[in-house]
Amino acid sequence: MATNHIIAGQVFVLPDNIDTDQIIPAEYLNLVPTIPEEYEKLGSYALAGLPEGFPRFIRHGANKTEFPILVAGRNFGCGSSREHAPIALAAAGVRALIAESYARIFFRNVVATGVFYPLESAERLRDVFQTGDQAEVNISAGQIRHVPSGRCFSLKPLGAVAPVVEAGGLFAYARKSGMIR
Amino acid sequence: MSMTITEAILARAAGQARVQPGDNVWVNVDILLTHDVCGPGTIGVFHREFGAQARVWNREKVVIIPDHYIFTADEKARRNVETLRAFVREQGLPHFYDPGTPSYQGVCHVALVERGHVRPGEVIVGTDSHTCTHGALGAFATGIGNTDAGFVMGVGKILLKVPPTLRFRIEGSVPPYLMAKDLILRIIGEIGFDGASYCAMEFAGSAVEALDIEERMTICNMAIEAGGKNGIIAPDEQAIAYVRARTNKPFEPVFGDPNAPVEREFVFNADRLEPCVAEPHVPSNYALARERANVRIDRAYIGSCTGGKLTDFLAAARILKGRRVKVPTFLVPATADVAEALIREPMDGTSLVEIFAQAGCEDIAPPSCAACLGGPPDTYGRTRDREVVISTTNRNFPGRMGSKLAPIYLASPLTVAASAVTGHITDPREFL
Ligand code: SF4
Repeated sequence: MATNHIIAGQVFVLPDNIDTDQIIPAEYLNLVPTIPEEYEKLGSYALAGLPEGFPRFIRHGANKTEFPILVAGRNFGCGSSREHAPIALAAAGVRALIAESYARIFFRNVVATGVFYPLESAERLRDVFQTGDQAEVNISAGQIRHVPSGRCFSLKPLGAVAPVVEAGGLFAYARKSGMIR
Repeated sequence: MSMTITEAILARAAGQARVQPGDNVWVNVDILLTHDVCGPGTIGVFHREFGAQARVWNREKVVIIPDHYIFTADEKARRNVETLRAFVREQGLPHFYDPGTPSYQGVCHVALVERGHVRPGEVIVGTDSHTCTHGALGAFATGIGNTDAGFVMGVGKILLKVPPTLRFRIEGSVPPYLMAKDLILRIIGEIGFDGASYCAMEFAGSAVEALDIEERMTICNMAIEAGGKNGIIAPDEQAIAYVRARTNKPFEPVFGDPNAPVEREFVFNADRLEPCVAEPHVPSNYALARERANVRIDRAYIGSCTGGKLTDFLAAARILKGRRVKVPTFLVPATADVAEALIREPMDGTSLVEIFAQAGCEDIAPPSCAACLGGPPDTYGRTRDREVVISTTNRNFPGRMGSKLAPIYLASPLTVAASAVTGHITDPREFL
């Protein structure tokens, strides 16, 4: 994964405790992520489990989201181990995810699949950003910029998982480090 | 330096004399568990990465238990079970519990234990977050995703970060109106939905030691609901006898040093706890059952890896015997063994099946996950609208049992049965 790029676009804002049933409801778990058409379909259902009253993450009839950046609260991805969850977000077009904290299995699945960067903010970004605001995420600088106000917020370093994320996921990392061929 | 049981198991599996929290270690896996929802994707990753001709690292160590979407007309769900069958044939896997055949079991976590695949001291990974259940027999067990599982399938190893341990000592004795579910809901309520993130949750104390194996499973099962990496209970004579009765495979239990440093220790007194519920929409929303008597319910549900074991049905029967339910009450035994016991086990001369029928419960469903996770629209017990549900399952997230509008209250089988009788949330002490 290239680390020197900037991800720009509209932000979608989520509260604490978004669980995997909200990210991809169980009725769609009959789809298999490694089958290309079903991967796309999973994307079209990303965040379909949000309670009533939320803005739509994916416009009716569309397959992809207009929001490449997710800003979330604590414990993002709690609940099940379904890898369908990070995959649905990636298939929908999410390119950066910034939460205050992650549930462990979800975080691990993001790292293992290498689908996007699981970033963490020290600040409560969801009090600053509103759904639809423009933002720029600068991975190498470890920053997110709130375009309307020009304010910048720093992101936490990836820590021990950085080499896996940078290699592009578990298999790429294992090959690079000679674990597998 | 001394190690906790979790650290000691990981050290042995990593081939090291010792490990400490925060170490990243490659660990040898003893059992890889998968099911119909994550198995096909795991197989997809395995073949994509290791090639079409690849063989699993050890056929004895891969256990496939379809359980999620079994009794449905959904075509993709059926296709997924077919994918598992084809893989089992291709690889010659001996441990497959095929739906529609006498080998079919039902919910993977209960079946894994019943079939003797869980042994003290071993490392178990599964493509299901409730794999933490298996710590009840003194194993290190944790849930993983398809990519990790595909990797394990090929090489039999997983890179794990050694978790710090939170120890929960539950002392005293468990009163007859209280169940393991009340204990774990109390703990989750205390530490919060992410209170054990990345940590091992070790359960100890006289109240835990007095629990039977199924009740211990209920406690470890819900470790994930506080974000825990694994739940674990030191194996005792009861655990070892339980395992020996189910497998001939040799195993070597691992014990922690009681003086090993832990991140934090919590102490509870079981005698002082009361029957409780978790209110919508997170399992940490703890409330006492007697303080929620104003909540009317539309249905009751007894089932899942958390609350669909024989102990759970026996508890429900204590309340339902000779009484009538006021709301539709759905019963889903976790496995074929549990289903059979419902017919066979008498309580004061009456079988459980008869007790539930006389109480006016719905017809008992065949074993599977059923509405615990919603599932396809034709799933038994699935919510469709605004039904208020009281359930012995483990999660009450929005939409978890089908409809996003249906509020779910989690409780012990005793509390669920008592509530089914009155039609509102009820402390089981009213009937005991
Ligand atoms: S019974 Fe429920 S929690 Fe248990 S494995 Fe099945 S879906 Fe998951």
